[in-house]
Amino acid sequence: MGVAVVLALVVIGSVTFHLLSPWWWTPIASNWHYIDNTIIITFWITGAVFAAVVLFMAYCLFRFRHREGHRAAYEPENKRLEWWLAIGTGIGVAAMLAPGLVVWKQFVTVPADAATVEIVGQQWQWSFRLPGADGQLGATDVTLVSPENPLGLDPKDARGQDDIIIQGDQLHLLLDKPVKVLLRSLDVVHDFYVPEFRAKMDMIPGNVTYYWFTPTRTGTFEALCAELCSTGHTFMRGGVVVEPESEYRAWLQQQKTFAQLTAAARDQARN
Amino acid sequence: MSVIVLFMVMMATLAGWWLSHQRLTAKPWLEVGVIDQAGDTGTRSPRIAKLGLGAFLAVAGSLFALLISAYSMRMSMADWRSLPMPTVLWFNTGLLMLASVALHSAVIAARCDEPASIRSGLLAAGVCSLAFLAGQVLAWRELAAAGYFSAANPASAFFYLVTAIHGLHMLGGLVALGRTTARSFAPTGDTPQASGTLRLSVELCAIYWHFLLLVWLILFSLLMRWTDDLIEICRGLLS
Amino acid sequence: MVDVPSDATVPLSTAEVEDVELYHPRSWVTKYVFSQDAKIIAIQYSLTALAIGLVALVLSWLMRLQLGFPGLVSFIDPERYYQLITMHGMIMVIYLLTALFLGGFGNYLIPLMLGARDMVFPYVNMLSYWIYLLAVLVLVAGFFVPGGTTGAGWTLYPPQAILANTPGQPWGIIVMLVSLILFIIGFTMGGLNYVVTVLQGRTRGMTLMRMPLTIWGIFTATVMALLAFPALFVAAVMMLLDRLIGTSFFMPSIVALGEQLPYRGGSPILFQHLFWFFGHPEVYIVALPAFGIVSDLISTHARKNIFGYRMMVWALVAIGALSFVVWAHHMYVSGMHPSFGFFFATTTLIIAIPTAIKVYNWVLTLWRGDIHFTLPMLFALGFIVTFVNGGLTGLFLGNVVVDVPLSDTMFVVAHFHMVMGVAPILVIFGAIYHWYPKVTGRMLDTTLGKLHFWITFLGAYLIFFPMHYIGLMGVPRRYHEIGDMAFVPASTATLNGFITVVALIVGAAQLIFVFNLAWSLRRGQPAGGNPWRATTLEWQTPETPPAHGNWGKTLPVVYRWAYDYSVPGAAEDFLPQNQPPDPATA
Repeated sequence: MGVAVVLALVVIGSVTFHLLSPWWWTPIASNWHYIDNTIIITFWITGAVFAAVVLFMAYCLFRFRHREGHRAAYEPENKRLEWWLAIGTGIGVAAMLAPGLVVWKQFVTVPADAATVEIVGQQWQWSFRLPGADGQLGATDVTLVSPENPLGLDPKDARGQDDIIIQGDQLHLLLDKPVKVLLRSLDVVHDFYVPEFRAKMDMIPGNVTYYWFTPTRTGTFEALCAELCSTGHTFMRGGVVVEPESEYRAWLQQQKTFAQLTAAARDQARN
Repeated sequence: MSVIVLFMVMMATLAGWWLSHQRLTAKPWLEVGVIDQAGDTGTRSPRIAKLGLGAFLAVAGSLFALLISAYSMRMSMADWRSLPMPTVLWFNTGLLMLASVALHSAVIAARCDEPASIRSGLLAAGVCSLAFLAGQVLAWRELAAAGYFSAANPASAFFYLVTAIHGLHMLGGLVALGRTTARSFAPTGDTPQASGTLRLSVELCAIYWHFLLLVWLILFSLLMRWTDDLIEICRGLLS
Repeated sequence: MVDVPSDATVPLSTAEVEDVELYHPRSWVTKYVFSQDAKIIAIQYSLTALAIGLVALVLSWLMRLQLGFPGLVSFIDPERYYQLITMHGMIMVIYLLTALFLGGFGNYLIPLMLGARDMVFPYVNMLSYWIYLLAVLVLVAGFFVPGGTTGAGWTLYPPQAILANTPGQPWGIIVMLVSLILFIIGFTMGGLNYVVTVLQGRTRGMTLMRMPLTIWGIFTATVMALLAFPALFVAAVMMLLDRLIGTSFFMPSIVALGEQLPYRGGSPILFQHLFWFFGHPEVYIVALPAFGIVSDLISTHARKNIFGYRMMVWALVAIGALSFVVWAHHMYVSGMHPSFGFFFATTTLIIAIPTAIKVYNWVLTLWRGDIHFTLPMLFALGFIVTFVNGGLTGLFLGNVVVDVPLSDTMFVVAHFHMVMGVAPILVIFGAIYHWYPKVTGRMLDTTLGKLHFWITFLGAYLIFFPMHYIGLMGVPRRYHEIGDMAFVPASTATLNGFITVVALIVGAAQLIFVFNLAWSLRRGQPAGGNPWRATTLEWQTPETPPAHGNWGKTLPVVYRWAYDYSVPGAAEDFLPQNQPPDPATA
């Protein structure tokens, strides 16, 4: 009896918490509101199933609690009921899976006009690289990394000379311009994660991974590391600034290319 | 991971085939009374021992399938440099086949109850297996002498790993083979019960050796890179 | 209706069942320490697992203190924090849950429920326990070696796991891997026993479809574990070689904190594939025995046959088979080939169907039952609520694109704690309250048990339900302070403090349980042979606790399935499996 009441309260409490909770996702700042929609669909379906199952159970506990002289029914199975339940579940699952797969298709299909940005993770900081005037990123190799060449660019690759290298600063992105993010790590697995963008992907040393999104809101967003990378994991923060074209151009003007940085390092070594 | 998935499909097929003979669609609440099953009559102990070995071989098979999966996955990466395989491996393969044949003849001898042939079969198998292991060590030394023992070369690391794990399985088998051989020389080997036990042990050894031979043949063809095309096809299917 | 042979109604003499030669202990040591009796081995496994589980509980207290009240316990720096989470996760998943369900319940229940005298390979069974104990001791040794235990996270992802700046160097990771390798060897020995005993050790009349679902669950889980653990074994051996002799199985070229390391050309993704090829089946290795046990608890204490027995068996087998083709759903954001996402999301969500069928059938077993609110029933009900909750959040994470924002957040932590932490542990408690009378001959105290249940069930729900919302905000997991991000409202700190307080209370409530176990051993109510009036064979032993050999002189013969509760026309509301049919009514 008491059990039935408590189980009903668990359902009511959970639903109330869900509706009144001040803890909810941060306002989105990218094109991936499809993902949010899929989550909402999933919340509705799973929430309804949870409430239905537990409330039905609570009813059974109340209605069929042990009383003197009472005896349970004898019912080994009910094929028809079981099949209907299985089919109903199948439909519910399909209703969640289908939008999920459609959105995943979009997620892995990078638009042709996307700009390219490379994010490099290492313990415990983020660096960024933008293609220079030629619009192409130069080749890299981790074994080439040195204090003068922190991202391991291949000095022999002409495409890399004009690449813009940003260290110890925030990444700036152009508002409403799709961007393909290439991800590289120099040491362990990291994950560049800006909750407002919803999208993320691990960076695996030895591989280049990617994802894409379109920033849709200006502002400065905090970037976190979402894959355990030893003691500094919690503090491996970065920032992304989304801004309109004029401000973006102004920022881009101030950045140094790989050729400039190597020349500067060479000068420094000579002095 | 295509190899291990293939292995799991084989296991699932086996399990499915077995389950399909177990009357899983019966309605047990309607069947009151004794139901005799195939396993209820006759002596159980040989069946238990063979089933135990079979289950172990499934585990070992999974282990090797995973090693091969890892190996083929690594091989597909761009910077793979393969090793020159020592020719002694051909000789070793022949020895392992001989060991398998010798054990098979011991099984036949045990079924016909010919103690002398059992003993010679077991001894021959033991000698061939020891020679196989010695040959593997020779192959290791040859590669090391040629400078391939470098830890940073994944091809040699995989070679040493798979041959070592295969060799360890063989060493374990040799312990059982040694005990079986000792039993075949024991003076009490004439009673029907003792000869039954001996026959079972010989059969178990033979099954295990055939398994090791099969695994070795697959590993060998992989090491010799005969299976590259096959792996390429599997990869094409999966991705 | 299947034809039953006409002579089936005649009770048969059990002499027709072939008996096995039984090992007989000669001294106290071989009887209670190096015992080959599955029942003693089961108790050894259970006590060891519970003891190491208490260690993991204390670790979780410490890490919850840090998360709820950062800086309160000054010695928990990031390094220690990562050591705490790694050991907590590894102990709970492998050394507690796997060992207790298969080594503990498996050993105790398989021979008794199937009418066997013992496992088929008792000596190997004994070795299995001692190797498990050795694995636990090696694991615990990690706390005492220089540098302490590894802090690489329980997933042990390389390259992090073996780099020099990871917590717990130089020894932690070596000790961890060696312990895992030992555990797998020990488990394989036990597992072969469980499988062959189920296949060949059943008594006369015990067809597969007459086995209780507990056995089906343990059997399926063991088969899966035997095939899945080699993946962890291979991964552990290869990582150990990378760590010890510098091979490059998993290690690509790396610059660690400015220094070029000699590794070349390894693949970290390869480790992830191997790990999750084991890791996902592992979830079901823990869940399937729980499914089986909870089916039997509900049926017995609702005095009603399990609803849809055949569907339950098929669902178990289907879940077991499917769980081998879903592993990469842990790797949606690992940068693997994007097309895998379609395949693995589909297989993952398909598993929801057989799983949902099981839930429906448990609830439908309660429908028109005669429900006794005994302790095992309470825990079974708690299991259903937490399992349904955790299972449904799995539909978020399995659906590839929904997983993208949620992966590696506290949402994941809340999900897997609910579904494979709280839910199976509630089953373990329910099962202990259920079978303790058989093991000791005495009942556990009901008042203490109810207190234990309500604190544990409601407390665990209060801990993990709100935690989902912290993850939904985007707070990553494995942060040793989880509230200091720009997008997180200040009220989150209050919520974190609340969760910690509840976690401390729930943890303390487990002491009530430990006290109850010890106190009832001497002072508990005598239970008699079959206090729950259950049908399955373990309650029909001639002695309680069952003596060596279990069945006295003759083995039982099975005449009916395991769920003859409240059969119309029968005098009692249960008919034991070994009760011959009544010639008058048959």
